[in-house]
Amino acid sequence: MQVPAPFEYERATSVEHAIALRERLGEEARFVAGGHSLLPMMKLRLANPEYLIDINDLSELFYISEDANEVRIGAMTRHRDLLDSELLAQHFPIFRDAEKVIADPVVRNRGTLGGSLCQADPSEDLSAVCAALDAACVIKSTSGERVVSMADFHVGPYETAVGDAEMLTEIRIPLRPNSGSAYEKVERRAGDWAIVSSGAAVWMDGDVIANGRVGLAAVGPNTTSIETVSAALSGAAPSEELYQTVGDIAAANCSPQTDQRGTAAYKRHLAMELTRRSLRRAVARATGQEA
Amino acid sequence: MTTTEPAPNPAEEAAEEERPIGFGRLLRKEDPRLIRGMGNFVDDIQLKGMLHLAILRSPMAHARIVSIDVSAAQAHPKVVAVITGADLAEQGLAWMPTLSNDTQAVLATDKVRFQHQEVAFVVAEDRYSARDALELIDVEYELLSPVINVRKALDPDAPIIRDDLEGKTDNHIFDWETGDEAATEAVFLNAEVVVSEEIIYPRVHPAPMETCGCVADVERVSGQLTLWCTSQAPHAHRTVYALVAGLPEHKIRVIAPDIGGGFGNKVPIYPGYVCAIVASLVIGKPVKWMEDRTENLVSTGFARDYVMKAQIAATKEGKILAVRSEVLADHGAFNGVAAPVKYPAGFFGVFTGSYDLQAAHAKMTAVYTNKAPGGVAYACSFRITEAVYMVERIVDCLAHELKMDPAELRLKNLIKPEQFPYTTKTGWVYDSGNYEPAMRMAMDMAGYEELRREQAEKRERGELMGIGVSFFTEAVGAGPRKDMDILGLGMADGCELRIHPTGKAVVRLSVKTQGQGHETTFAQIVAEEIGIPPEDIEVVQGDTDNTPFGLGTYGSRSTPVSGAAAALVTRKVRDKAQIIASGMLEVSVADLEWTKGSFAVKGDPSKSVTIQDIAMRAHGAGDLPEGLEGGLEAQICYNPENLTYPFGAYICVVDIDPGTAVVTVRRFIAVDDCGTQINPMIIEGQVHGGLADGIGMAMMQMIAFDEDGNCLAGSLMDYLIPTALETPDWETGHTVTPSPHHPFGAKGIGESATVGSPPAVVNAIVDALKPYGIRHADMPLTPSRVWETMQGNHTPPI
Repeated sequence: MQVPAPFEYERATSVEHAIALRERLGEEARFVAGGHSLLPMMKLRLANPEYLIDINDLSELFYISEDANEVRIGAMTRHRDLLDSELLAQHFPIFRDAEKVIADPVVRNRGTLGGSLCQADPSEDLSAVCAALDAACVIKSTSGERVVSMADFHVGPYETAVGDAEMLTEIRIPLRPNSGSAYEKVERRAGDWAIVSSGAAVWMDGDVIANGRVGLAAVGPNTTSIETVSAALSGAAPSEELYQTVGDIAAANCSPQTDQRGTAAYKRHLAMELTRRSLRRAVARATGQEA
Repeated sequence: MTTTEPAPNPAEEAAEEERPIGFGRLLRKEDPRLIRGMGNFVDDIQLKGMLHLAILRSPMAHARIVSIDVSAAQAHPKVVAVITGADLAEQGLAWMPTLSNDTQAVLATDKVRFQHQEVAFVVAEDRYSARDALELIDVEYELLSPVINVRKALDPDAPIIRDDLEGKTDNHIFDWETGDEAATEAVFLNAEVVVSEEIIYPRVHPAPMETCGCVADVERVSGQLTLWCTSQAPHAHRTVYALVAGLPEHKIRVIAPDIGGGFGNKVPIYPGYVCAIVASLVIGKPVKWMEDRTENLVSTGFARDYVMKAQIAATKEGKILAVRSEVLADHGAFNGVAAPVKYPAGFFGVFTGSYDLQAAHAKMTAVYTNKAPGGVAYACSFRITEAVYMVERIVDCLAHELKMDPAELRLKNLIKPEQFPYTTKTGWVYDSGNYEPAMRMAMDMAGYEELRREQAEKRERGELMGIGVSFFTEAVGAGPRKDMDILGLGMADGCELRIHPTGKAVVRLSVKTQGQGHETTFAQIVAEEIGIPPEDIEVVQGDTDNTPFGLGTYGSRSTPVSGAAAALVTRKVRDKAQIIASGMLEVSVADLEWTKGSFAVKGDPSKSVTIQDIAMRAHGAGDLPEGLEGGLEAQICYNPENLTYPFGAYICVVDIDPGTAVVTVRRFIAVDDCGTQINPMIIEGQVHGGLADGIGMAMMQMIAFDEDGNCLAGSLMDYLIPTALETPDWETGHTVTPSPHHPFGAKGIGESATVGSPPAVVNAIVDALKPYGIRHADMPLTPSRVWETMQGNHTPPI
């Protein structure tokens, strides 16, 4: 049995309490949400926090709600609830696509949206999903809250904009008309991290794409949203040629590395192929053409 | 004689309520305990005052130990002892023999020879403190260049790994050969078609659900050692401890409680067991050592790691004439292969497969590298996985060159039923076989012709579909004592049967289940022979104090060897029962007739006594025939006459997404013949598990290393086990060709599917890639490796 190094543990009773603890304990403290990344890393002693602040009692962070302009998701919302949510499925089918292939049911029962984003693993799927959807992250501290875009949220591999005395509390996804989204992932085995994933979202204006975004996972630290992809999609009419062009842009703008999951060349190919597929499906959904 | 029968429909099966007294489908007796979480595994054992042991492992693959400072660890408030290799060396315990007559460091004294080798251990009051204290040990290493690439191990300038062995000037372990080199060369010289391919079976790991571990308890006054241990071979382990550590054998009790999977991983004696014994001996308290998952994957018995240059010779019409191979075997830093001593290459000699050849020859060179030791594990039947994979792959390469259908090519060359017993060109005597019906049955179940038609249509449309065929012959049930021993211990198995006065029974085995279902299977064997219901028969196993000597469960040997022992000991008891019955019925022994469960007077079935009546009489106050002792029990030791040779025909169907190179196993048809079947449900379970293993090895598993010798497969996130989502609904069927020399005709089944399935999967994937001109691709065929192969960039995995 793998056992972690000694640590102290406290259950937060409110968001304010959690942030206060974090502020007091500093960088040696970590929030534990679902714990499905942090606890294995602690057991392998790759992470050795001195304090764990358990935020699983913060019921105020478990929600998925919508208003006229956006969908708001509490940071503690579990994968399982993202998978099951009809609201999300209706507005952003990319969530259900992705959640079906994230880890396994046991992990999905515990893991959370906020935890996934804060872990900031370059292979993590929900970062690509949120990037494609142009989501914004609400970060709270004792002095108030700030809202950052996904592009600004991820600072680097395993690094986010959330400071030592801050907490990610909510993810906001803008609601715009005529949208479609989809997620494509290739993995070595069910439950494995992605070899490469591609998430796409498009917003149609009649027969043309008004706006479109692609987020990639597992092909480098800074590929969650590619500007040139959005430029190529803006105002373009959907076609196989367009998907190919955008797939090629995605492939050209990622930085995969050869590892046990695959060669860099293969991953670059997948970035292209999966972007083509996710875009094709996103457009089909936006235009009611999905088979 | 062979009978054929597809697997029954589960719905029909459920309707059958009759419980067999003997062979037949029967729910497993052990499952009510195991599926409720009420088993008793090594890590469940808690003893008063028990301490916990953790092992410090080397971060480097090859380095000299300059110094070790344990003072900080010793100062930890909960640490009881810290022991290094130097401490063990003082007791003469720093090195121990392997099962292949090599030596292996218990704790490194001079050098570390593979990453994660054992360097020191801590004993503490709890496992957390033991683990914490490891980080307080300061080891200074002087880095040495490692030997990682097996192909460079014998280079003249390669660093010498085993400088502990006197006079060792290279990394060579052994050369081995089999068959007739000259005769084989002659056939190849004159052959119309010769096909060559380098075929690699990468290093894989059995990764049992339960890792290895033990609780050692040395009783201070008597010196009695009790060792609860994850052992597939408790008796062999006890004798080895006696021989190695000089402990008197009668003072050693090895108990293997419930075991969570073995697959060969739990055959060797690991340094951790020895450390725990030493710790208990020194400290005088019970000591528990349980590996964590990483330790299991990176340090314990791996499997395979063969680079096989294979050649096949044939006529243009597809008559296979000869097979030969040259193998480079990576044994890691210590030769820890657990195979019969006279078989350093295990049973690789059966690489001639299921075909009638004119000649065959193989030679092998085994080398040391800076990797974990092992070599025979993961349900390989002593290297038959490698042998079968090689021959089934090269036969497919031949089919490719001849542009012949691979099933047709096999059918043309299978050994004919009238040729059995068949002696292969490498000297193995296949006991019985009837291959063609099994092959035809698999093809019928698959709808082979229709699949080929579908494939042709799909190829027209640019879709990638593959059909892979393999036909294997296994050699299991080691083994005849004249040929086979491990460290001088003959591979015969004892068995004891005692019938209680009320007609219930207890049978004591030398073998030990790791999940295969011995508690059920062996009760059924006894039931079949004596007519007592299986639920009335207790099966005792895994405790050296309560069971007769034998070599343990691996190499699919339990049914062929101990199964035979169980049948024969039951017959011995039945013979005595017959004498008692003759007294009870007042007739001569010859006038009695046995029908399952009772003896009756010939010609007068109304005069009969049941085995339960006889048992009571055997222990009761009434008269027994003159000269007969009371009681109803017997013991035997069974020495098998030959191995048994199960066989099977497998067909795998895959689809490949041309855009992503993702392979989906759509169907898998497995027809097995393991002779007489004891419990078809358990057999199917064994087959299902092995087929999943095959998909794992073929498509996702490899213990890989970087160039510095860092193991890249240290967790189940890196070393992948297939799930239900990667495996299709298995389609199983069977034929029955009894073994002529086994008492009731059974052959082993435990490893058949692991042996037979990898080539079927790989052959299917390669077949799917035919439009790309691909003839061969090496495992593991991950999406990336398949895609690179499609681009013409296939590279060997090692």
